[in-house]
Amino acid sequence: MGIPWNEVLKLKNQFVDDLIKITGKDGILTTPEDLAVYSYDGTFEEHRPDIVALPQTTEQVSRLVMLAGSKRIPIVPRGMASGLAAGSVPFSGGIALTMTRMNRILEIDLNNAIAHVEAGVITAKLQTEVEKYALFYPPDPSSNRHSTIGGNVACNAGGPRCLKYGVTGDYVLGLTVVLADGRVLKTGGKPIKDVVGYNLTALFTGSEGTLGVITEVLLRLIAKPRQHRTALIEFNSLADACYSVNAILMAGIVPAAIELMDVTAIACVEQVMKLDLPTDIEAMLLIEADGKYKKSVQRDIDAVVEICKANGARKARIAQDEDERENLWKARRLVSASLARLAPNKIGEDITVPRNAIPETVERIKATSAKYGIPVVIFGHAGDGNLHPNILFDKHDPDQLGKVTKMVEEIFNISLEMGGTLSGEHGVGMLKRPYIQKALGFESIEIQKRIKHAFDPLNILNPGKIFSD
Amino acid sequence: MEKDGTGVLSHKLLNDKRNCSHCGLCLVVCPTYRELLTETASPRGRLALINQAASGGLHISSNLMEQMYQCFGCMACDEICPAGAEPSGLVLELRNVREKTNPAVWKKLLFNGLVRKPDIMELASSPFRIYERIGLRRLVGLARKVNLLPDRISDWEAMLPNIPNRPLRQILPGVAEAKGESHYRVGFFLGCMQSLFFGRGSAATVRVLTRNGCTVLTPKDIQCCGMPSVSYGRQDLAKEQARHNISVFEHANVETILTDCATCGSMLKSYADLLEDDQIWSERAATFSRNVYDISEFLMKIPLVKPQHRIERRVTYHDPCHLRRGQGVWKEPRSLLGLVDGVDLIELVEADWCCGSGGSQLIGHYSLSRKVMQRKIDQLKNSGAEVIASGCPACQMQLNAGIKRRGLQVKVIHPVELLDWAYHGMRY
Repeated sequence: MGIPWNEVLKLKNQFVDDLIKITGKDGILTTPEDLAVYSYDGTFEEHRPDIVALPQTTEQVSRLVMLAGSKRIPIVPRGMASGLAAGSVPFSGGIALTMTRMNRILEIDLNNAIAHVEAGVITAKLQTEVEKYALFYPPDPSSNRHSTIGGNVACNAGGPRCLKYGVTGDYVLGLTVVLADGRVLKTGGKPIKDVVGYNLTALFTGSEGTLGVITEVLLRLIAKPRQHRTALIEFNSLADACYSVNAILMAGIVPAAIELMDVTAIACVEQVMKLDLPTDIEAMLLIEADGKYKKSVQRDIDAVVEICKANGARKARIAQDEDERENLWKARRLVSASLARLAPNKIGEDITVPRNAIPETVERIKATSAKYGIPVVIFGHAGDGNLHPNILFDKHDPDQLGKVTKMVEEIFNISLEMGGTLSGEHGVGMLKRPYIQKALGFESIEIQKRIKHAFDPLNILNPGKIFSD
Repeated sequence: MEKDGTGVLSHKLLNDKRNCSHCGLCLVVCPTYRELLTETASPRGRLALINQAASGGLHISSNLMEQMYQCFGCMACDEICPAGAEPSGLVLELRNVREKTNPAVWKKLLFNGLVRKPDIMELASSPFRIYERIGLRRLVGLARKVNLLPDRISDWEAMLPNIPNRPLRQILPGVAEAKGESHYRVGFFLGCMQSLFFGRGSAATVRVLTRNGCTVLTPKDIQCCGMPSVSYGRQDLAKEQARHNISVFEHANVETILTDCATCGSMLKSYADLLEDDQIWSERAATFSRNVYDISEFLMKIPLVKPQHRIERRVTYHDPCHLRRGQGVWKEPRSLLGLVDGVDLIELVEADWCCGSGGSQLIGHYSLSRKVMQRKIDQLKNSGAEVIASGCPACQMQLNAGIKRRGLQVKVIHPVELLDWAYHGMRY
């Protein structure tokens, strides 16, 4: 049985020719070199696709999906591949459906403060454009310069500012989605309130390319806050830092961001960036207040500093000018990538726990690190309990790799035991898949699999992600 | 020895300069990624290919090498990488590895037979001078205006500046005495392109130096700096050129070595790295490289005579990659332009983005290079500048081509020329 090899090749060539008819020659890549570079994302996982497609319109995506579906060829949507859960790594083979060339901002509706964009628009590019009109798109994943809106929506990306402003999903008003059979579905629209039928927009947000291919997005914008004050507050004890976070929020102040860096993260950034950060403390909070009026923002940051000092802060520094503010942020933004200098590989998790559980969670992760003798660097968004423990290792060392697998599991267990969850903003992808049953329970998985089946009965859209097939 | 080269990967391909965390930050600054929007045309992609080649996961095929040659070498990725990887440096390294196992005959002819021999190069470039002199060029200019020329030919032709009658090497004195008291004795490395095509700029360099108390020695027996050889994978030839040039300047007995070509400067400063493993030469190369300065770097270090002429022009500046990232020099040329009274200095948007030249990419990768060039010209047009300064012959050629294509009236000069005008009156 089986088809002879030359027949297979002939079929593949025919298929590639048909794809080229849809996108043009430029839009289909098949050389070994192309396939090799479309094999990874921001993790260390790799698997080559069989074909790379770069569509330029929703219609092209629709025809590509329809054609692939007819041959039952998997489709793995991909933006700029900065993901941290291996969600866009094509383990299934098939087509790496790359959205980077759908990068037009279709409309900025000033009267309604809404942007209509294609999925491949780079997030920072959108932010720059809308800020020209004093508008603001708040979600700010660290990768905002090298990730796309489509990817952000598919993973429901977060970022430091989410404490005050919410995550990507809070700004998605509507989507254009290509379904598994090639049909084009439009969800939502410009109205801010809309309770007609199930909220499909929310269902696709965070679906990681498993339910449909997001090609266009309607995004809610808000007025750009004019004033910012940023403070860097040093704590001798992590517990004091976490207690301060709660005290600030309970005092009725909602800073735009409360970022936590533990001593390992501070040392790491200092080594790479040379920003003059203190390295002899246990924790540091980077807190930013923003708003319309200079005086009220100043009052907020002063109150924040006061509360921190009352709760054991050693020292507080308020950025005096824009340069200093940028520098403080630069440190936080580049933590994740700077870690790359300390070890060949890293796994960056994004567990989220209730705020008051942060100190114990961090202590237990540190104990895990000590137990296995493998360094873990911890930082995160303290305001919403979202921690990024980063495990540093060398994947070519089989001994380390074995330990890391165990550590990941232990960290997830710690989070769940503390009443937390596996992921606050990266998504499940492939890396967290083994743990979701424990996190969600059988009923939830079962119903989610039925949703997946309803949208994608042939299982061609990013197969094997989130749940096993 | 394996045909595909995996057996001869040098230590540079195996060290931490290729440690990539896949974060993707380099995609933000890469000019080829910005145009093509494919991972294959990105630094992260090229580095992945290099890693695959090094580990044997991919053969060093001609398509893989094509991806290496598509890199413009602007080094923006090396600069932004938080993990300290150097994609553009490793691209050069892989080109070098490939030439060791599959040497291309034309490269030997070009880089050994021609580029290393100034006399032959001057002879070979004489048709350009004749072309300019007998008025043929004016005819071609008319043909361009009425769209008679194919795009490619038109753009290539437009790269050429007004070609001087004689190469500057034949005109410059071996020793140009300082005007007035001599405070510095400096060696001048007159680059090939500067001599053959941009003699106007280098003549200005020497005039400005002598005006400011420098006695300028210009050795005539130097060879090409070696950058073209390195770019095309012939590091071996570049090493020979480096040794030759080092000994020439040792004989000239000067402490300071100046150049007004960003590419030459970046290469001369890297002789130390190039000959690091050469027991006999490493120390001499290190001394040599330490003493090399770009003209703007040097001029901003010494007290300058106040220029007397006002130059009422809107001027902007384009950062050559080999100066900004290759040498870390970007403040000095701007300060230098700012010295001149009357100049309205405008900062070009994206001034430090590659112009698309990459040395020879307008020839090697025409359509891609042209796209990158067009972005630069858009920014230039938006700036409203009448003059654009850039201390690199390759950038100047690219800017010339872009400006002619767009029909702008913008003069392309070396920054030092502006200072020369301020001393001696405007020349154009």
